[in-house]
Amino acid sequence: MFALFLIATVGAIAYELGRQSSLSIQKFGWQFWQTDIWDPVAAEFGARPLIWGTLYSSVLALLISTPIALGIAIFIAELAPQWVRKPLVFLTELLAAIPSIVYGLWGIFVLVPLVRQFELNTPEWLKSLPLFKGPPVGVGMLSAAIILSIMVIPFTSSVAREVLKAVPQAQREGAFALGATRWEAIRMALFYARTGIVGAVMLGFGRALGETMAVTMVIGNNAQITTSLYAPQYTMAAVIANEFAEAADNIHLSALVEIGLVLFVVTLIINTLSRLLIWSMARPGRPSFLRATLKRAA
Amino acid sequence: MNRARTSFTLALSVTVLSAAVAAQKVTITGAGATFPYPIYSKWFSDYNKQHPNVEINYQSIGSGGGVKQLTSQTVIFGASDYPLTPEQLQAAPGKILHFPTVLGAVVPIYNIPGVAAELKFTGPLLADIFLGTITKWNDSRIAKVNEGVTLPNMDITVVHRSDGSGTTYIFVDFLAKLSPEWKKRVGVAGSVNWPVGVGAKGNEAVAGMVKQTPGSLGYTEPAYATANKIAFGTVQNSAGKFIKASAASVTAAAAAAVKQMPADFRVSITNPPGEASYPVASFTWLLLYQDPKDKALAKIMVDFTKWALTEGQKYAADLGYAPLPKEVVDLELKSLATIKAQ
Repeated sequence: MFALFLIATVGAIAYELGRQSSLSIQKFGWQFWQTDIWDPVAAEFGARPLIWGTLYSSVLALLISTPIALGIAIFIAELAPQWVRKPLVFLTELLAAIPSIVYGLWGIFVLVPLVRQFELNTPEWLKSLPLFKGPPVGVGMLSAAIILSIMVIPFTSSVAREVLKAVPQAQREGAFALGATRWEAIRMALFYARTGIVGAVMLGFGRALGETMAVTMVIGNNAQITTSLYAPQYTMAAVIANEFAEAADNIHLSALVEIGLVLFVVTLIINTLSRLLIWSMARPGRPSFLRATLKRAA
Repeated sequence: MNRARTSFTLALSVTVLSAAVAAQKVTITGAGATFPYPIYSKWFSDYNKQHPNVEINYQSIGSGGGVKQLTSQTVIFGASDYPLTPEQLQAAPGKILHFPTVLGAVVPIYNIPGVAAELKFTGPLLADIFLGTITKWNDSRIAKVNEGVTLPNMDITVVHRSDGSGTTYIFVDFLAKLSPEWKKRVGVAGSVNWPVGVGAKGNEAVAGMVKQTPGSLGYTEPAYATANKIAFGTVQNSAGKFIKASAASVTAAAAAAVKQMPADFRVSITNPPGEASYPVASFTWLLLYQDPKDKALAKIMVDFTKWALTEGQKYAADLGYAPLPKEVVDLELKSLATIKAQ
């Protein structure tokens, strides 16, 4: 019953987004996914740089946040003495409770000046890489990725911690009994919990894709496709937040709603992919590490 | 005894009276631009003090949203930072009248380490910087206008608004009037496709970013520049004079534009004639139906607008706006009289 309600809600959102953006869908069609121009004056709209900015910033955020978040989770669940765990759990969860506008302000006044210092002092050999080309302004992809990764850490680490806690104690005891070191036992627990950990990372990814306020405050809001970490870029959620209130033309409004639809579709695809990934990892028929070893022995 | 009775009757009559007033209490809703919100809310609360039974509720949701709500007749009045387009006027169920309420200006703000002098800008110069054709502070074209100022060999970081706004509209409208290339390549709207630079959300963020980025150039309303202690430059007007934005120079711009004022007040006053005019300025408009559905509410709205255009103007300068010149107010009062109210 409630599951049906959920399906109906998602369906209604998709339908309404489609209906409101029909004008833009009819006018641009697939061009909308393929053009790089976002020009409200000429009424030409293409979502490609915005899709790029959203995915690039989120992937970068995951690259930064995943090792840190897993480190925190492993420390809390496996290594930390009992009296440190509670305060640490509290502190990581506190990070999740900070409103994103506060992250944005912190970004503007603390993070961006630091990033600018780093950009100004980039060694020459690094600057020759396309990743580090661009104006040393401070605002841009790097600041956005860092701020996103901080916002994502509590989500990934909380779930990963719970998943690790759910690994049966017998597994660890078994590993120790076989003469495994502590690190090997942790690796075994991580392997046992891998589907849950992928789920935790994907939860963080979903959070990063939709984050709006903090990102728009530090990303520089310039729609362009570039791998440069220093260049200002733009995300889908940010363009909607920026332009929706003052969009007067129907086609502009419709294009903004279509961006919402694109974001919806992209999120859907990524969720489906992560489901598939988890499913393929958890599939019973998969030759397990143990079985492969046994086969080799025989 | 007698005295007690009198006071009792008095108390009773006061209660009855206030009950009657409470019954008549009316709420008028409007929606629109955020730019004039500070002065509008001051006006609404002051008007409410004089007329306790009238409460005006204004939602500053942006010009675009205000026009949409007015067109669908969910609000009594709208407010916009740009005049409606002919298509928008056509889409409305009745004739919409424009009433300029106050004036606002936009100033070029900059942060160049080691330069204390007040810089001079011209329209073509600003357009070339924002187009990305001038990229260094020591460019000869900047030096030519600013003789005697030594500018560093430093990249210019252009900072613009990322959100749609009336401030952007005024600024790019000025650029388009003085640079054919800007008109062709970028155009005029509340949000445009910026050729270069970084976007910041809101006046505060633009001011903040300019303040902490050495070598940056942006644009905001003057109030944000003064509040953040950021230097802002003078801009050359059509008479060739470099003018600093102030309440007086902005009002002068509007007064100079009066001669070409169309009957419906849908006019851009950037780059106006006049020696004393500051050239990057604009009206902000209140929007009312000429033949509204609810005549009683319309009567109150007409009375309020009349008050705002006359007595209300005295608050403008303190809140960072420029008051309307008398010539414009006179024209508006005539137009206001054409509204079919009770």
